[in-house]
Order: sequence, then structure tokens, then C-alpha cells
Amino acid sequence: MPPSLEARGLTRRFGPFTALDHLDLNVQGSKCVGFLGPNGAGKTTTLKMFTDLIFPTEGEAFINGVSVQADRKRALARCGVLIETPEIYGSLTPREALEMVGDLRGMPRSQIRARTDEVLAEVRMSEWADQKVGRFSKGMKQRVNIASTLLHDPEVLLLDEPSTGLDPRGVAEVRDIIRGLKQGRRLVFFSSHLLSEVVDVCDEVALLNHGKLLFYDSLANVTGRFTAGTTEVDVEFLEPVGDDLAAGTIASMPGIQGWTRLEAHRLTLTIGGGPPARSRVLEGLVGLRKGLVSFKESRSALEDVYLSQITDGES
Amino acid sequence: MSAAPVAPSATVANAHAGGPVLLPGTWRQALLLSRYQVRDYLRARRFVLMMAIVAIIGAILSFVLSHFHGAGLSGDPDAFYGTLWGGGVYVVIIFSGIIFGGDAIAGEFQNKTGYFLMGLPIRRTSVYVGKFLAALAASLVAVLFYLAILVANGAYYLGASALPLSLFESVAIAVLYLLALLGAVFLFSSMFKNSLYAVLVVAVLFLFGFSIIDTLLVDLVKIEPWFIIDYARAVISYPFTSPLPLHKSTGFGPTGRPMTVYNPTYPEGLAIMAGYFVLTSVAGLFLFEREEFT
Repeated sequence: MPPSLEARGLTRRFGPFTALDHLDLNVQGSKCVGFLGPNGAGKTTTLKMFTDLIFPTEGEAFINGVSVQADRKRALARCGVLIETPEIYGSLTPREALEMVGDLRGMPRSQIRARTDEVLAEVRMSEWADQKVGRFSKGMKQRVNIASTLLHDPEVLLLDEPSTGLDPRGVAEVRDIIRGLKQGRRLVFFSSHLLSEVVDVCDEVALLNHGKLLFYDSLANVTGRFTAGTTEVDVEFLEPVGDDLAAGTIASMPGIQGWTRLEAHRLTLTIGGGPPARSRVLEGLVGLRKGLVSFKESRSALEDVYLSQITDGES
Repeated sequence: MSAAPVAPSATVANAHAGGPVLLPGTWRQALLLSRYQVRDYLRARRFVLMMAIVAIIGAILSFVLSHFHGAGLSGDPDAFYGTLWGGGVYVVIIFSGIIFGGDAIAGEFQNKTGYFLMGLPIRRTSVYVGKFLAALAASLVAVLFYLAILVANGAYYLGASALPLSLFESVAIAVLYLLALLGAVFLFSSMFKNSLYAVLVVAVLFLFGFSIIDTLLVDLVKIEPWFIIDYARAVISYPFTSPLPLHKSTGFGPTGRPMTVYNPTYPEGLAIMAGYFVLTSVAGLFLFEREEFT
């Protein structure tokens, strides 16, 4: 049976406020799914109900077909969970904290020892393995938390903004870890504010706003459906580009749908037609002999989708 | 994307690196958790604080005994232990209950350690019981330290072999009182998500709150305060007391007002402690099971 996550009519109200509104979501198979949404959209609420930290007003959450609400222990047996930034008992060392996790999961001692060394190395905490956690920075604690979720080689990983508290290097390392996790028979479901992170590692995305699921689909389908292949590209030349050249030669290139001036040397071009059209425009711009030095997307396609959908949702 | 519902699995099939693994049972997990929690307590400043409190109490007692040449207790083991153990161990128990149990549950919410534990495949019952056992173990260390100080003094003033059987009986009752107190402390700790509030409420109630209620009930309402745990703790000194005090006696107070004094009977005192332990533990667990990590 492939790893799976399922929400059936999952709803949570806090008084008059509906944090999550009848979420129906079925994720199956080994893949990485990004769970996106603005602050207050209901992402953490959803993940907390998937881990029984809070209880649904209606509906049910299943992990690998086991109801979390009916039997959290069985449901979480093959699951690694990281919600918010948990604290570890301050006087324990990372090695002891992981030993506790392994013991509570029923792992044999020899396996706990071996895996502890592996996962601490993976999160670059080996040299701190025997220091007390209470002295660690937030980022170091988060690395230990990530290590604890990986200890038992989980089939399903639920991560709530795992990069929180990490420095840029830590963020990149977490990204590498998640990318590595995808290679196994594993379902990774993680919420993030970092669209670049989602684009980088996820196969599929789910977007939540005001407690409602706006869509859940593959990254390619989402960007294709919502942007219709249109991309905004910032271009920069060594020489100034006049309005006549921009409105004439450049605007008439196949695929160009519009342009705006940023500076004398820089323009933003709206290009339709997907990668083939962008390629032709790039060749055309080089052919102008104005010293093209930069040609890059203003925003990622997912960012365009995110902004359009969240704006629409809020209006 | 697939919209087909996934049928709940009928079997547990855990896998670590592909192999089947059985999760430990609820009680086994509670014991495992308590082991790590005790380790955390023993390394924490609160443990040093508790041992310091006991050491100070022990030092004061030792000084008083030394200064007054046994304070008139040196000839009678029952009088010695009845006064120093029966009359004093409850202070150690109350302090250790507050220090080790006051924030045991509330702290899981406030300090976010609960997020670490509750992400694991473990029932809340295991967490509650595990933390209770750890608080009990740490408190017992403090109580036994106090006992060791008294026994050392007893060996000096009464002779090395003067350990009355009544002391063992009283220690057993003190452990029952500790269970009852921790049950109540854990109940209050489950009511709050803020450690400070939990510790404050517990400290106020057990250090003087219940005592005041007890006095008011007897003096003003004239009823036996059988439902107050403070009332029951008198039985800790009963193994050293003969004859046992009257259950109810009347007389006149210092102002000439008629006054009634209640003392729990032996079985009544034990029943109150056992009742407190069972009822408050069940109620505390019930609250913890329903508390959300919002």
C-alpha cells in the first residue's frame, strides 16, 4: 500500500471563526507536496489535526488509511512530524533525545544508535550530539527536531515550515534533505512560505486560503493552468534602449505581449507561448547588439499563481 | 489528482527500514518516558533547589536537636519520629509536589515540549502517566533524603538500631499522601496552559489555601472537612500515636467560645488520600486528553 494522507470534510471552527472549512484532500504515493497559503489560511491547523494536536469540529484525517482521531498511535506509527518549533527537554542531549524517540517508537537499541549517528550527521549536528539541548540556538534545536522526524525512516513526513529559525545555509540544507527524502518510498507533505523552496523540491502543490482548498495539482499543471504559459522577464542591456526600439522591434517579436520600462537599460517583458517563445525572444534580443547582460524571470510561475489566487480569494 | 477515498487499514504495519516493528504498549511507553523525564529532573536546577530545601530543613532540625540535647525526644523513638517525621514530612511532600508536578502538564503547552512528544505515536495517557511517575520518583528522592537526615539524627540520639516499625508504616502512608497530592497537583497543572499560573495555584492551595478552608469549615460551618486533603494528612503521624486522637472532641477556645476539633479516623484518612489520588488522577487525565495544542 503506498503512503497516503487523506482529509475528509476536515473542518475546524474557533468560535465564529472557521479556520478550516471542509477540507477534502487525498494525497497518495511517494512524492513531495507543498502546502501553501498566507498566514491564517489554515495550514498549521490542518497539520495539527493530522497529528491530533487539535481536534476537528467536523470530518476526519487519515494517515496511511488509519484515522488519526480514532487511533493516533497507529496513525502516527510510520509518520515523522514536525509542527511549529518544538522544544526538547533542555537537559537532554540530542543523542539522548533521539534515544527517547527511538525507545518510544519501539526501535531496537542497535538501530537507534546507528540511525542517531546517521541523522545527526545529515542535519550537521554530529559535533553537538552530546551537548545539552538547552544551550542550543533556535536553529540548532530545529535541526535536532528534523533529525528526530527522520530517525525511524518514516514513510510519511508532515513538516510545518521546517526552515523556520534556520539561517540561509540551514534553509538550503533542509531543502537538500527534503530533496534526498523524495528518493525513498516516502510521502513528504510540508507547508512553507518559501515559494522557491516549494518549486525546488515539490512535485505537487496544494493552495489554501481562508480555510478553503483552492487547488491541489502537480506543479506543472498548476502553473500551466493559471498562467497560460505567460511569463514576465526582466532584461538588462549594456546600452540604453529607447522607447522606439522597445515599442517597435522588441514589441513586435513573436511571443511578446507587452513591455514596461524599469530604467534606461532595463525592461520588463511579458512573454506568452512558454519556453519556446522565450527562447526566440532571447535570440532576438541578442540580435539587437545592445549588449544583453541579463534575461531572467521577474517571478516564478508559482509566485504568479500564488499572487493571483490569493488576491482573487481575498477580493 | 486522486479523489478515491482510502479505506482505513485493518492491520498495523509499522516499518523501520522496511522491517515490521511493534510499538511499545501504553504502559511501557509511560515507563520509558518517565525514565527520560527523571533524567531531565535530576539534571535540572529545580532538583538542586528541592534538595537544598530539604537540606536546610534537615540542618535546622539537626541544629535544634543538638542545641537542646535531643529536645526531650531522645528517649522515645515513637516520640522522636512522630514529631520530626510525622509532623514535618508533609512540608517536604508539598514542596516536592509543587516543584516537580506544578508545571508538569502546563509546561508541555507553554514550553512547547508537548509538540515534540505529541508528534510521536504515543497516547496521551502514556504522556500523563509517564510524567506522573517521573514526578513521583523525583519527589521520593526528596522524601527519602529527608528520611535519611532524620534516621542519621535518630541513630545519634536513639542508637543505631532504634528504627521503630511504626516509621515504616508512616513512610508508607506518606507515600500515599504524596500520590494524592501529586494527583491533585497534576489536575491543576492540566487546567492551565501557563506554568506560572499552575505553580501559583498549586502553591497557594497546598501551602495555606486548604488549611484556611479547613479551619473555616470547622469553626464557622461546623462540619467535618473530610473532603480536604489537608485534613487527611494527620494520619501520617498516627503510627507513632497511642491512643489515637478522638474523631470529634468539643471544648472551649481561648476566647471562651465553644470549639469542635475533628481528627480523621485511621481508615478515613487513608480513604481520603486514596480517593484524592484516584479521582484527581482520572479528572486530570480527562482534561489532558481534551486539551488542545492551539
